[in-house]
Amino acid sequence: MAMTQEEVFSKVKDVLTTALAVDDDEVTPEARLSEDLGAESIDYLDISFQLEKAFAIKIPKGELFPENVFTNPEFVQNGKMTAKGLAEVKSRMPFADLSKFEQDPDINKFRDIFTVDTLVKYVMTKVNG
Amino acid sequence: MRWIWIDKFEKFEVNVAAVAVKNVSLAEEHLHDHVPGFPVMPASLMIEGMAQTAGILVGAARNFQEKVILAKIGRARFSRLVRPGEQLVYSAKIVNVSEAGASIEGEITSRTSVGGKPVELEVGAIDMMFSHIDKNMSGMKFPEFNFVFNSQFMELFETYRRELNVELPEKP
Repeated sequence: MAMTQEEVFSKVKDVLTTALAVDDDEVTPEARLSEDLGAESIDYLDISFQLEKAFAIKIPKGELFPENVFTNPEFVQNGKMTAKGLAEVKSRMPFADLSKFEQDPDINKFRDIFTVDTLVKYVMTKVNG
Repeated sequence: MRWIWIDKFEKFEVNVAAVAVKNVSLAEEHLHDHVPGFPVMPASLMIEGMAQTAGILVGAARNFQEKVILAKIGRARFSRLVRPGEQLVYSAKIVNVSEAGASIEGEITSRTSVGGKPVELEVGAIDMMFSHIDKNMSGMKFPEFNFVFNSQFMELFETYRRELNVELPEKP
């Protein structure tokens, strides 16, 4: 049976309160995992594992949190993501909202696209096909 | 100094679970220093004992080719003090293992005696995560040799690998 966005959000919230030791009310759809909820690099692996368990899904390496984007000079130049890089990220992460990042594609701000809502949208694509 | 906080493996199932024991002895210096006049096993060293048990288990899953580093302690709860003469039992279970790392659920019990009768009591629960550091840290370079699984750990593991008939997987 298909899950609603509210059902997915509620489970994602449970995962994040456990993985990041944050309070329920901090986990809003707009909250950024690193900037607002304090996620560090290992937490992303923890979150992946816990989402897999909570939703009985498989998250292939690099699908939710992309890899090898920043090390490719075609995708990143002078600390900014190139148009080609943006196109690549868009095709790899159709579930992410890149509109804000596109205005200023400073790679240090890239992690801001990982909000609670990004996780919810990603999980929706997995559980509802 | 030998930084090894487990004495023996009792069970070892690659990719699944391991059980190690640690005998708590009054001969050990740290017992006297933790709470003067009241020797107890420090909880921090029980976390280390669990990390060593689980770390070797995670290492074996990839035939010790990865540098397995303790990266996160998700939860650590202790419910009773452990005194000299007790035997700690570290049970580590793999929840998930991937190319990037692993997560573990651990339980600690203690074999002791109450009123002259042997008992095994609950001591605590620890959930932890390990990172395969060569696969993370933005491609940062680490030494080629595996500094995590040094001879202390490998000698211990080898002793019980034979006794427990542990079959390691092929090197990835």
